[in-house]
Amino acid sequence: MSNANANVPEHPMEKLLRMERIPHIWCPTCGIGTALSCFITALEKFDYPLDKVVVVSGIGCTGRVAGYIKLDSFHTTHGRAIPFATGLKLANPELKVVVFSGDGDLAAIGGNHLIHAARRNMDLTVICVNNFIYAMTGGQTAPTTPLTANSSTAPYGNSEPPFNLPLLVGSCGAVYVARWTALHIRRLANSIGEALNKKGFSFIEVIAPCSTLYARRNRLGTGLDLMKFYHDNSEIRHGAPLEELDIGFQQKIIVGKFIDRERPTFLENWNNWLSQKLGDKFVPYGVAPQQMQLRKAG
Amino acid sequence: MKADPIGVLTGEHYLDGDHACAEGAIAAGCRFFAGYPITPSTEVAERFVARAPFVGGIFIQMEDELGSMAALIGAAWGGKKAMTVTSGPGFSLMMENIGLAAMMETPCVVVNVQRGGPSTGLPTMVGQQDMMQARWGSHGDYEIIALSPASPQEAFDYTIKCFNLSEKYRVPVLFMMDECVGHMTEKVVIPRAEEIDLYPRRLTKKPPEKYWPYEYGEDLVPDMIVAGTGYRIHTTGLTHDERGYPVMSPVAQNKLVKRLCDKIRLNADDIIEIEEDQTDDAEVIVMAYGITSRVCLPAVFKARKKGIKVGYIKLITIWPFPEKRVRELASKVKAFVMPEINMGQVVLELERCVAGQAKTYHVPHAGGWVHDPEDIYKVIEEAVK
Repeated sequence: MSNANANVPEHPMEKLLRMERIPHIWCPTCGIGTALSCFITALEKFDYPLDKVVVVSGIGCTGRVAGYIKLDSFHTTHGRAIPFATGLKLANPELKVVVFSGDGDLAAIGGNHLIHAARRNMDLTVICVNNFIYAMTGGQTAPTTPLTANSSTAPYGNSEPPFNLPLLVGSCGAVYVARWTALHIRRLANSIGEALNKKGFSFIEVIAPCSTLYARRNRLGTGLDLMKFYHDNSEIRHGAPLEELDIGFQQKIIVGKFIDRERPTFLENWNNWLSQKLGDKFVPYGVAPQQMQLRKAG
Repeated sequence: MKADPIGVLTGEHYLDGDHACAEGAIAAGCRFFAGYPITPSTEVAERFVARAPFVGGIFIQMEDELGSMAALIGAAWGGKKAMTVTSGPGFSLMMENIGLAAMMETPCVVVNVQRGGPSTGLPTMVGQQDMMQARWGSHGDYEIIALSPASPQEAFDYTIKCFNLSEKYRVPVLFMMDECVGHMTEKVVIPRAEEIDLYPRRLTKKPPEKYWPYEYGEDLVPDMIVAGTGYRIHTTGLTHDERGYPVMSPVAQNKLVKRLCDKIRLNADDIIEIEEDQTDDAEVIVMAYGITSRVCLPAVFKARKKGIKVGYIKLITIWPFPEKRVRELASKVKAFVMPEINMGQVVLELERCVAGQAKTYHVPHAGGWVHDPEDIYKVIEEAVK
């Protein structure tokens, strides 16, 4: 839908946004919009038919990404974006399936799916927006809330250590793991581009400000103050050992690309192993029909 | 449309109900299976994965039942006919996403080979105790379709019917087997592919610019797309309008939820299948489903021999319940007798439909084994008085 005011030029990202859904529901200074902008920037450079790119989200603030992006998009249940995406990808391996969701959705309720998708090397790109808190439900503790940080379910400060997400997915077998903040827009967009081009399970953590709940509860100032904090306290260390990537309360945030490696995907393993075991009787899965017919005729 | 011969093992076979169910799915064109092992359903998965490599199918053993059900919905939107199987505890775990499938109007088939519950209960022994969970298990208001087979042959035949109904009404269809049917081995005749009618996916013929994913016609069922074909749709578990966009209003909620229910309720006559025997002159009707519909037969035969005018109804479709037929019969008979391997579930629906026009008797069994037909006979004898 074009802009109602003819004098206002079309925003360069309008082609990939559902403009009829705008304005979005995110708060001013929220980092999710930035992450979405970076994703769109990456998609514009992505050499793949965009009709074949599908976005799956779970529940929460970041879960709403699926509703704003103008691609086939699925807003699913809390924690189940990755298995939903797994079904989509396996049903049609031609699709480039992107899971775009929050830290609570992917790492808490969806934690089991996250580690198993990484282990299987399911061919998905997962963009995890981490704002350290459950924002949509009102600021409760997340599995990423830093130790001692305040939340509505940790009113005296969080006593649990958080997940180090790059370490978690990296140790399970993800082939691409990176972390950026919502301040690193070019690096983040480039990184998303790399992840999209990667075959296998790629994971990008985006540290995003939540001024309405996280910053307010922790007296950290405005969204701008959070961005200033990122500016002063994030350190780019490509290839940093995963064990060193913990994030403490108001501590240094190490960002960069930590893992970029090759492993066969779930589907490659299925096709390779079964054709080895079963020979010509095996009908390869997800291979173009012409190739399959040739194979049968031959 | 007819079945693809590649998946149809035409001929006479000696199969258990679980294996027959897997063969029915493959014959129906199911090529995607996501599941998590649980007794007594696992043999369906085992059969499917053994056959999948030869028919162009894929099997994924998910990390849990929640993931299996979510993967099923994703696969259906990716263009595949998809199924999963489970038993009671796993069925409970699938419930949230069964609701999502109902809300997104996603065709898929969930098989529940029932065991005795609650909780871990009797993993290897029979129950029919998830019948109300099938109907009401997920939160909110919605309608599903549920069928129940009484033999391996029916496990094959009605699995195909499950897929057809699922495609026709874009609704998750629940196939409520029980452990006895799942594990009993009998002759199963698999017809030739050209004798198997399949209901094709309702794909829209409209171009993307004219298509809304939840715009519907007379039968209240919208046409579907396959992800990745240029339609760029959005769909969500949130209450949504015809465009698939979230709308948080009581008006949108009433319109959507009413249609989700009506598309099944108003088409009940097309969906429901039951078998009747000697109901014409019956004073008492024994109604049952699954293995119990066979176990009650000795009691029915004995009653007839003793001169009791007893009729017999086997439910194949459980949900929607054959309300209209029950109401017709209720005005003519003295009583209904319903044995179930539970403490009283589908009998509640029977009572509701009979609405006091006749007496209803439940013959409960808490599970672990089937009824002694003599127990059913005694209730028939009492009911005819």
